[in-house]
Amino acid sequence: MIDLKESDPQFKWEIVKKEGGEGLLKCFGCSDCAASCPVRYFNENYNPRKIIRLTLLGLKDRVLTSPFLWFCAHCHACTERCPQGIRVAELINAIKNYAVDQGYCPEGYKMQLDLLLKMGRLYEVEDFDLKKRQRLGLPAIDKTIPDVARILEYTGILKVLQK
Amino acid sequence: MNRYAIFLGCTVPVRAQHYELSARNVARALGVELVDIPGASCCGFPMKAVDAETALLIAARNIALASQMDLDVVTLCNSCTAMLSDAQVQLNVKEFRSKFKKLGMSYPREVKVRHFVRMLYEDIGIENIRKAVKKPLARLKIMAHYGCHYMRPSNLYGFDNAEMPHTLDELVRATGAESLEYADKKMCCGGSVLGIDEETAITMANHKLNIAHENGADGLVSICPFCTVMYEDNQRKAEARFGRHYGIPVLYYPQLLGLSLGIDGNGVGLKFNRIKPDAILDKIAT
Repeated sequence: MIDLKESDPQFKWEIVKKEGGEGLLKCFGCSDCAASCPVRYFNENYNPRKIIRLTLLGLKDRVLTSPFLWFCAHCHACTERCPQGIRVAELINAIKNYAVDQGYCPEGYKMQLDLLLKMGRLYEVEDFDLKKRQRLGLPAIDKTIPDVARILEYTGILKVLQK
Repeated sequence: MNRYAIFLGCTVPVRAQHYELSARNVARALGVELVDIPGASCCGFPMKAVDAETALLIAARNIALASQMDLDVVTLCNSCTAMLSDAQVQLNVKEFRSKFKKLGMSYPREVKVRHFVRMLYEDIGIENIRKAVKKPLARLKIMAHYGCHYMRPSNLYGFDNAEMPHTLDELVRATGAESLEYADKKMCCGGSVLGIDEETAITMANHKLNIAHENGADGLVSICPFCTVMYEDNQRKAEARFGRHYGIPVLYYPQLLGLSLGIDGNGVGLKFNRIKPDAILDKIAT
């Protein structure tokens, strides 16, 4: 059941403003995105069309609290087929970014952010790895890249770790 | 001689050294020089879902480093290719450029970003590769897996065909192997969903493993470390979940190409493949 009393009329404009969200209002609900989606093919709980419709209807809480928002694999099968030319995967990504702003960030992403803050890369480079690389004749790589932390501080994204 | 900056990303240099090793050895054999990028970091893609701008700035910094070396970029991971390509576009947008500059970074000249395999296709070419093959892999039946960010989104890349890709099939055939035509070629491996819902991700990976099995493929060829995580590292999980036995080796394309160029198993890092490609080696040897 959809109760429009719960609708937040500003929600869709917030998404339109975000990088990748610009195409939202063009959606006429044809469902090509859902029909093309490889994730939906195997798990019907994920439906990009539904996420976009709920966003247009302003049902912010339903969108942001749904675990299925995060099921998008960002594979762009939908982007290729949208008859309205919406970059659908980027639109879903914009909604994810908004969800993070509002305090809904999956733990896995927080862990990755923490790793990037500490090392500038996702996998720790241990002495064992460096020795293995040397044995194979592969060049040495940096264990940490501190410039990445500087970027994370600059964009303010580290607030995600405090929530 | 063709010279490129090689962007390794996070996964390849630590978890897929056989991909890196085979790519470097194949490049050498084909007269391509790969120059490492000092100070290169994660491409930024893991942060895209959290904050696109953060991801783009991390990516932009990496291609700026290549720009300062006056070299175009080749990458080994599909997602790195997409992220760096996104940033390359953004660097022409005024607002993004000014944020980038505020971080004290410079981008002296526009650089091209391409997947290593795309570079092989475009700059070396199928004919030259075919001529360089010393040991045609004539009896092998290979299933080429492209992954998503090799050719999608098409408005970003303008390369190959987003619905019916063919370049990797052509590259596989250039080694002398058969490249199988099969349904759902552009199916996603499920890698991006693995951290969110393992069941869905394994089901997605299983789909293509099952097709490979039904088609009697000797091996699956991948060009992305995430796809390989799904098809190779998680193959046992898919077998257990669906009660099947696959045992399908997953080779990186430069490993396959390297074997056909006469590079030995050590030179393409075959001992690091988790599912041992012994049957493939037997077929090649006879």
